[in-house]
Amino acid sequence: MWKYILKRLLALIPVVAGVILIVYLILNIAPGDPARIALGDEVSAEVLHQWREEHGLNDPILIRYLRYLAGFFTGDFGNSFSPLQTPVFDEIMARFPYTIFLSVVAMVITFVLAFPLGILAAIKQNTWFDSISMFVSLIGVSMPIFWLGMLLLLWFSLGLGWFPSFGADSFAAVVLPAVSLGFSSMASMARTTRSSMLEVVRQDYIRTARAKGIGYGRVIRKHAIRNSLIPTLTIAGIQIGNLLTGTVIVEQVFAWPGIGSLMIQSILARDFPMVLGCMVLFTLIFAIINLIVDLAYAYVDPRIRAQYS
Amino acid sequence: MDTSSDSNVSNLALEINDLVVEYRTYEGVVHALNGMNIQVETGKTLGLVGETGAGKTTTGLSVLRLVPDPPGIILCGKIKLNGEDILAKTEKEMQKIRGKVVSMIFQDPMTSLNPVMTVEEQIAEVIEHHESITKEQSIKKAREMLELVGIAGTRGNEYPHQFSGGMKQRVVIAIALACSPSLLIADEPTTALDVTIQAQVLEMMKNLREKYKTSMLMITHDLGIVAEICDMVSIVYAGRVVEHGTLEDIFDNTRHPYTEGLFNSLPNLADRKTKLKPIKGLMPDPSNLPAGCPFHPRCGYVLDICNKEKPQKIYRTDKHYTECHLYSSKSMVEGKVIGR
Repeated sequence: MWKYILKRLLALIPVVAGVILIVYLILNIAPGDPARIALGDEVSAEVLHQWREEHGLNDPILIRYLRYLAGFFTGDFGNSFSPLQTPVFDEIMARFPYTIFLSVVAMVITFVLAFPLGILAAIKQNTWFDSISMFVSLIGVSMPIFWLGMLLLLWFSLGLGWFPSFGADSFAAVVLPAVSLGFSSMASMARTTRSSMLEVVRQDYIRTARAKGIGYGRVIRKHAIRNSLIPTLTIAGIQIGNLLTGTVIVEQVFAWPGIGSLMIQSILARDFPMVLGCMVLFTLIFAIINLIVDLAYAYVDPRIRAQYS
Repeated sequence: MDTSSDSNVSNLALEINDLVVEYRTYEGVVHALNGMNIQVETGKTLGLVGETGAGKTTTGLSVLRLVPDPPGIILCGKIKLNGEDILAKTEKEMQKIRGKVVSMIFQDPMTSLNPVMTVEEQIAEVIEHHESITKEQSIKKAREMLELVGIAGTRGNEYPHQFSGGMKQRVVIAIALACSPSLLIADEPTTALDVTIQAQVLEMMKNLREKYKTSMLMITHDLGIVAEICDMVSIVYAGRVVEHGTLEDIFDNTRHPYTEGLFNSLPNLADRKTKLKPIKGLMPDPSNLPAGCPFHPRCGYVLDICNKEKPQKIYRTDKHYTECHLYSSKSMVEGKVIGR
């Protein structure tokens, strides 16, 4: 098992290098000149040239890519293009806790609600509880995050005044962003849990368990839930990824000072080192979550465990 | 009438009278059982024989009150297990009966075991539920059960995917027998296994049946298994028993054309050149059964009356009866109409 984890972590190196290459290429072909954005329109060509020279933008793209890569793997993530020239690492570390906090709250909302909802809806299939929860989750999966965010702002912040509309100064401030971030993930997780539960309760081994004389509740708890987790885990991994990318949108809507809003600002400013830093961070988190999901499979399902050892 | 059935109570492990079970789906009502009658004498084995879809499994599930509901409904009839009325029990009472008084072995061992639990846990679960003993004791007993069905007890902490099909079926049998039930319902226990394993599993079931003095309801479509293991036979067609008798009655004094058809579908080992004579046509759609005798569209001896009136029971001996218009009480005894 440890060998497997090590193998997966080593496989991350080419993945990160590849992601950096793609981001580098995209940034390169994207319109907009970092020098002009930084200095404005009314400077001479020499000044622009000198700025580019200072930031290493006059070299061919391959050289720049390799130089960045070499720096990256020796722990130098470069400095921001902004006049303050903040180190990318420092800026990201200052913002990262906010994003972690926001996504963890959103994740808790997602999983704490999704599993019970999905399981109950399956057990009470075709009742009003099932219909209502599936209708609500249908709304959840169909509504774009930014729109839900704006609606929540309108109702609970501007209308009722219960929560602040921006910033991260109080605990109450996390509620609206976390709800708008977690709602759609919660909805699709609940739907997956329900359908996988429905699939599992029709299996022969559930009938075997009932034929032992065990009560229905215990059959669900001991036999059905664990088996229904297997397909649900796949979706859980994808949903955690969605939560992360969702932070980019939600942080923008609620002016939340995390990585997501940092990335948007950096893209608009063509602050290449900062964009790269954010992208690499997202890549690493994504990859590690996928690894955790794969390990969770092995924990839940002995058939998969057998393949690893 | 009441007194006679009372005197029978003591020697009947299972008695099902006029049981009607329907599955109500969007496409229509599926008539799974249409007045099912079976009797399993204590310590004896009854073979329930018929094609796929004849209602054999539904009969077994009805006894455990595990007919999936919805869509299944037990409409009317009586099920008596050791003289007790099963249909009058509450769900709580049923939970004390299932696995303890009556157990069921299901058809497909590949899917009958929970893939994420060790086999000993799955056996111990039923022991723990019915006997007030600790978890450790029940695991120990589970391992003894494994040994009993011919699997090393040390393999108990393995998962179902680590076992072959035949061994999985042994585990399923161990679960069913763990609390020594008085009645065992075996729903095609060997159908999913290959022939050499079939013989082993059957042999083992025979031995265990002797050991525990278990009464058995053997659901099968294999007349070979019937000859091997059963004392009495009920031939089922479209949710009804069309012929019932002792092993000798059914094999040597076949009366119903359907029973005859089943025998003709068997290969003749003595003369391998003879062609099989399968029963023509298919099982009728149970949501749209033919009027009169449900077998008449496939019957080679069909009479005018067959599509109009349902046949009544006609007895040859007090144990052997059939439901067929071909027979009068006289010709039933003489056996003139069809003879094999």
